Amino acid sequence: MPEITLLLPSVLQPLAGGQPVLTVPAAGPVSVATLLDAVASDYAVLGRRLRDETGALRRFVNIYVDGDEVRRLQGLDTEVVPGQEVLVIQSVAGG
Amino acid sequence: MVRMATAAESFLLAIGTKKGLWLATSPDRREWSFTGPHFLMAEIPSIGIDTREGRTRILVGVRSPHWGPTVAHSDDLGATWSEPEHGAITFPEDTGAALDRVWQIHPDAASRPGVVWAGAEPISVWKSTDGGEHFELNRGLWDHPHRNEWGAGYGGAAAHSIVVDPAGETVHVAMSTGGVYRSLDGGTSWEARNKGISAYFMPDPNPEFGQCVHKIAADAAVAGRLYAQNHHGVYRTDDNADSWNSIAEGLPADFGFVMLTHPRRDGTAWVVPLKADGERIPPDGKLAVHRTDDAGNSWTRLSAGLPEHEYNSVLRDAASVDTAEPAGVYFGTRGGTVYASADEGETFREVASHLPDVLCVRAAVVAGA
Repeated sequence: MPEITLLLPSVLQPLAGGQPVLTVPAAGPVSVATLLDAVASDYAVLGRRLRDETGALRRFVNIYVDGDEVRRLQGLDTEVVPGQEVLVIQSVAGG
Repeated sequence: MVRMATAAESFLLAIGTKKGLWLATSPDRREWSFTGPHFLMAEIPSIGIDTREGRTRILVGVRSPHWGPTVAHSDDLGATWSEPEHGAITFPEDTGAALDRVWQIHPDAASRPGVVWAGAEPISVWKSTDGGEHFELNRGLWDHPHRNEWGAGYGGAAAHSIVVDPAGETVHVAMSTGGVYRSLDGGTSWEARNKGISAYFMPDPNPEFGQCVHKIAADAAVAGRLYAQNHHGVYRTDDNADSWNSIAEGLPADFGFVMLTHPRRDGTAWVVPLKADGERIPPDGKLAVHRTDDAGNSWTRLSAGLPEHEYNSVLRDAASVDTAEPAGVYFGTRGGTVYASADEGETFREVASHLPDVLCVRAAVVAGA
């Protein structure tokens, strides 16, 4: 089955068994929310780091689909198609 | 007097900061061995040390600015940490709320092993019956009709103090802002209990609720007696919070965040006054702890071993007592310095400095080293 690729920052990789890249099988387009649901079903703690319990993306977590941050697209409803790359990056924040 | 831990004991000091947790152990409360930082770059606003059931469990509220809040625990003095897959504290779906920060972790009495309480932001109280691994939302307080009128203090809107009667079903909670709420049925129902506590910043300075109570603590030996450090005002109740009376006379200022009580002796409490709401520094820039031994009728200024000048404040949970005899008193500043007293505040020693802002300090006598 075709796959969608999710790239993780190094700080989150221990929560995915040390993997820098996760692949999620997808027969067709899926939303970013569905993609994150699939990731959270395998790696629950990782899922909680990315979204809160209402399903909202945490404020300083940025997710890019082919280079575009999803907040500038359709948020977590943004569609991803097999073969695309999804990138998780923490935003510039903190002191 | 130096109280040495027995060969089978040591003193544990846990320091939660803006950028991680430090743990220290000591045989005598004078020389400390540190580990840390644990959870580097995450703030640690709450710590509970649970010494019941023959083990030492350290519970910490962890909050990363990027990755959100969680609760972790260690049963081996920080060598390893665990957190439940689906989180120890998560709001039920029907609330539509999300956990922002865990402000308080409070192991219950020895007579209720496994019970741990938590206070959180948004304003909520939680109860665990499995040693702090999973908590259930207290619906009585969550659904309280006053909720829409509770507000946020500068640090956020949270339940930050939980005082549980070790012998009964009474629970007192303090929140900022909202004030003190009391349950007489173990947390099923709650009533505001703020009579006598000022809310000078509101149109009605004596409302039923809405006060910004910074911290409450129970007297060790007198049932129904509690102490409160308010947003301007220091109070005592002798009737289980039905009414509060000022005990601020004799203090250099009635503002501050800390309220500690003795682990066994009635009438003994400690505060760390700050000059004022608009000037959150020790009075005259001189840091001191003040202790009462007569339930607030008089206060003794204690500053031996503290620096001549200090302009950082001490936050509500950045202070603790241990259960040794004499009791140890500990506190940390927003400037990252931690002080310890092995003689109930008569003398202090600096045990750490140049840490990030200290948010939470907890101390305990624990088994092992």
